[in-house]
Amino acid sequence: MARVEVDVTIKPEILDPQGKAILGALGRTGHAGVIGVRQGKHFDLEVDDTVTDDELETIASTLLANSVIESWVIRRVASASTAQ
Amino acid sequence: MTASIGGARIGVITFPGTLDDVDAARAVKYAGAQAVPLWHADDDLKGVDAVIVPGGFSYGDYLRAGAISAHATVMRSVIDAARGGLPVLGICNGFQILAEAHLLPGVVMRNSGLRFLCRDQWLRVENTDTVWTSRYEPGAEILIPMKNAKGRYVADPGVIAELEAEGRVLMRYIGDGPAQGNPNGSLNDIAGICSADGRIAALMPHPEHAIDALTGPTDDGLGMFLSLVDSLLKV
Amino acid sequence: MSKTEPATLTVTADTVSAVDTVTRAAATPDVAQPYRELGLKDDEYAQIRKILGRRPTDAELAMYSVMWSEHCSYKSSKVHLSYFGTTTTPQMRSTMLAGIGENAGVVDIGDGWAVTFKVESHNHPSYVEPYQGAATGVGGIVRDILAMGARPVAVLDQLRFGPADAPDTARVVPGIVSGVGGYGNSLGLPNIGGEVVFDASFAGNPLVNAACIGVLRAKDMYTAHASGAGNKVVLYGSRTGLDGIGGVSVLASDTFSGDGSAGAGSNSRRKLPSVQVGDPFAEKVLIECTLEVFAADLVVGIQDLGGAGLSCATSELASAGDGGMHIWLDQVPLRATGMTPAEILSSESQERMCAVVTPDKVDEFLAVCEKWEVQADVIGEVTGTGRLVITFYDEIVVDVPPRTVAHEGPVYHRPVRRPDSQDALIADSTARLARPATMDEIRQLILTMIASPNLCSRSWVTDQYDRYVRGNTVLAQPSDSGVIRVSDESNLGVAMATDCNSRYTALDPYAGAQLALAEAYRNVVTTGATPTAVTNCLNFGSPEDPAVMWQFQQAVRGLADGCAQLGIPVTGGNVSFYNQTGQTAILPTPVVGVLGVIDDVRRRTITGIGQEAGETLILLGRTTDELDGSEWANVVHGHLGGRPPAVDLDAERKLGEILIAGSRDGMISAAHDLSEGGLAQAIIEMCLDGQTGARLVLPIDQGDVAGAFVALFAESTARVLVAVPRSEELRFTEMCQARQQPMIRIGVVDPAEPVLDIQHVAVLGLDELRAVWSATLPALFG
Repeated sequence: MARVEVDVTIKPEILDPQGKAILGALGRTGHAGVIGVRQGKHFDLEVDDTVTDDELETIASTLLANSVIESWVIRRVASASTAQ
Repeated sequence: MTASIGGARIGVITFPGTLDDVDAARAVKYAGAQAVPLWHADDDLKGVDAVIVPGGFSYGDYLRAGAISAHATVMRSVIDAARGGLPVLGICNGFQILAEAHLLPGVVMRNSGLRFLCRDQWLRVENTDTVWTSRYEPGAEILIPMKNAKGRYVADPGVIAELEAEGRVLMRYIGDGPAQGNPNGSLNDIAGICSADGRIAALMPHPEHAIDALTGPTDDGLGMFLSLVDSLLKV
Repeated sequence: MSKTEPATLTVTADTVSAVDTVTRAAATPDVAQPYRELGLKDDEYAQIRKILGRRPTDAELAMYSVMWSEHCSYKSSKVHLSYFGTTTTPQMRSTMLAGIGENAGVVDIGDGWAVTFKVESHNHPSYVEPYQGAATGVGGIVRDILAMGARPVAVLDQLRFGPADAPDTARVVPGIVSGVGGYGNSLGLPNIGGEVVFDASFAGNPLVNAACIGVLRAKDMYTAHASGAGNKVVLYGSRTGLDGIGGVSVLASDTFSGDGSAGAGSNSRRKLPSVQVGDPFAEKVLIECTLEVFAADLVVGIQDLGGAGLSCATSELASAGDGGMHIWLDQVPLRATGMTPAEILSSESQERMCAVVTPDKVDEFLAVCEKWEVQADVIGEVTGTGRLVITFYDEIVVDVPPRTVAHEGPVYHRPVRRPDSQDALIADSTARLARPATMDEIRQLILTMIASPNLCSRSWVTDQYDRYVRGNTVLAQPSDSGVIRVSDESNLGVAMATDCNSRYTALDPYAGAQLALAEAYRNVVTTGATPTAVTNCLNFGSPEDPAVMWQFQQAVRGLADGCAQLGIPVTGGNVSFYNQTGQTAILPTPVVGVLGVIDDVRRRTITGIGQEAGETLILLGRTTDELDGSEWANVVHGHLGGRPPAVDLDAERKLGEILIAGSRDGMISAAHDLSEGGLAQAIIEMCLDGQTGARLVLPIDQGDVAGAFVALFAESTARVLVAVPRSEELRFTEMCQARQQPMIRIGVVDPAEPVLDIQHVAVLGLDELRAVWSATLPALFG
């Protein structure tokens, strides 16, 4: 068993309307030092040992992210023995 | 809280991205009161007798629906005034804003069907003893439009129990059949709630879109605005 | 976000020194330029060199290539579209305040009000990225309407997909529908109508057309022109990023290392998707901000930024003005680093507008933008030079006569040839197809037909659209046309319907365009409004195919001749070519939009029966055995061949006069147009919409199965089913007789039982009908 984190963010060259609106709100609420915000999605996946890195890549690129406008980062964060 | 001579003056807030402000203002007019535009960046409530926080997609619903607007300058004044007894009604995005501003408990989340849903919705008015619902007969069933992608009311069990026990469930989704009943997975079929004194109220469906059968399914929604005007003129 | 968003432009010495300037272009005439990759032909490139007297700079090449593209220049369609002009009489022109060539046509509707309306395509982007493609399609048409000085008040969308059960249809439908809804709903524009059609020819090339209606005071119209030397050019709205510059990326040299470069030496901008992301919130704010600057009279001329971005806006504004223009490209606020002049000019970043403002009003203009938190920057000024000059950090990167970019592009006389296969298509009529043999089979056919993808309930789609916002929606889908109240005081309103039957058009493009016109016209009169003006969105395959050009030419002529016959002008339109999968073109799809005016929206005619106690059902028009190209042939036999139903525009006009008079004098309580699916479809929709039963007595002998089939499913035109209150029946039928309107009393409304009883044919419970009619799209798309 392992835990895998996938972070999906809008590609840098693509407009992120949400990040833009949040940045505006931060400015209005006195946090003028923040000069950029990009909003993304975070997924935690619990996977068993049969799931390979290639399969994770497929999962991220075809389902979790829209590869036309989003990029993603996959991290295996913890490994636990399958023996309970 | 006495309305001035010449009728009640009811504020309608516009945030960037507010859409149903023109409709709320028209409903106020239909009810015989004067609609006073309030601007999100302005802390002046212009001495209004009540405030409507209308529907729309303020700040695009970005971050969370209502989250950015809840921090707007005007909301600081509204929160203070509401705690002092000023009647406040949140409709749709207005509900989301009032919840994010903690004027009402709970949150409004994405519909269980995950889609924007626009339909004419049957509701039961569960509490007719508030400034916003006194015109309705107890248990009145009304048909008004509902249109949102995030209308699922959620709160922890204690809050729900408290709302139910104190009669603070203002409106409930009703009706049978695939096109009626609970449209979005709201807990206890809750469509609208209010504060303990009934002066702060919010609902997801749009009474301001049911003030005339020409442009809405019915005129069932007008009762909410007439109720308010009654209460303002009576006091 | 002018206050809080940081300037992201970082200029390196490399960026400026690498720029291809006019000076450099003059000095290096022999540099090879990638004009073919940019879509220019050899002779077009030669023509640009001739116009300039030197090779174009990179920025000029980017500008010319995009402005001379089919999409912007109409180079294949221009010679045919001119036919609209020659068929429009001064009488037809009398209510037009602006016509073809402007951002959108504008029509005077009386009472000091004017209405502007237009349909545009966003087909290919919606195939690549369904949600964003559809969303930005809505955004684009709304800005077109806004640029006329109008408040956008409603949208309608015309969607065509591949077979309903095809896997790729399941991919594009949910994305496109939620894109249309997500953007339009967030803008606060009611969606009041449109079309959803499934056909195999759209499998690799869905059609996403979007229409918008705007209203304005007639005296307040704006146009896209830049006049008055010294006036300032203001770019406002979102920042300019790398959106949609895919094509121009061939110009990006490896010297640049801005966003999008993946590694040293790689030119990763070549890989940029040509997708734009829409920000409906930014557009809503842009609308309110723009209406406020209009109201304060702060604008001389205005242009939206859509396809071709600043290239288009600056060249069109300058070309339509009386002088020249100077743009300081380094003043354009950017979202990405290291953008080249060609990229800045070509960016299709959404939610931007360009205004021409007199110098004394610039501060006031910027203050309104600041109130709405809209970024706004003076990026240039109108000059008297007659040239469009664009500088980038004091280097001249563009110096062109603006008309050569915007209005004097190439014109093609493409070969036009009626394909040999057309005769065989026409000869293959439905005569050989099996028809139902028993009344039981007809009953089953009724249920099959109303559950079929093109005839079933559209609620799965339309429930995702807000139809109520702004509080002026008098009728919306599934009504025959959408009706919007323009004035609360006078109850003046407008109606709009859009239609096209691509199958008919494939059989006979001339007649098909007229049938589209006839149906949209009929849909408008059915709600009680008077047709006033026409727009179109002509979706066709490749203009390089002579058979496609023949379809196009025939459709344009059919539409123009039809409008002349009906006496209503075409005020504008849009052409979308290259809609095909491989070598196979889509069915020709000239979507026709008809705008109507209704002096009092309170008298609008609804679809549902049962509003009055005691209604008689009267079928207006003649029914003949016309089933070629019909939905029956499609659903039951998968067949397309023969001749489409006969067009009779005089009959349509007469029918319209009766429906308008019936509405005006309170003689009609409900009405519904007969089109695809014939009488069966119309009566079922009237019952379901009104939640009321009816008894239908077909004009046939008892047991005449063949007669019942034709009566129920023929698609003869110029027919409307009306419900007339019994008290008005005599008056109404006398009016019809006096006007020699063919009609037949065909049944009665029966509120007693929730049943449609087609006597001696079939008895159908409304619950059963509703169940099969409603189930199809949810079953397909979730």
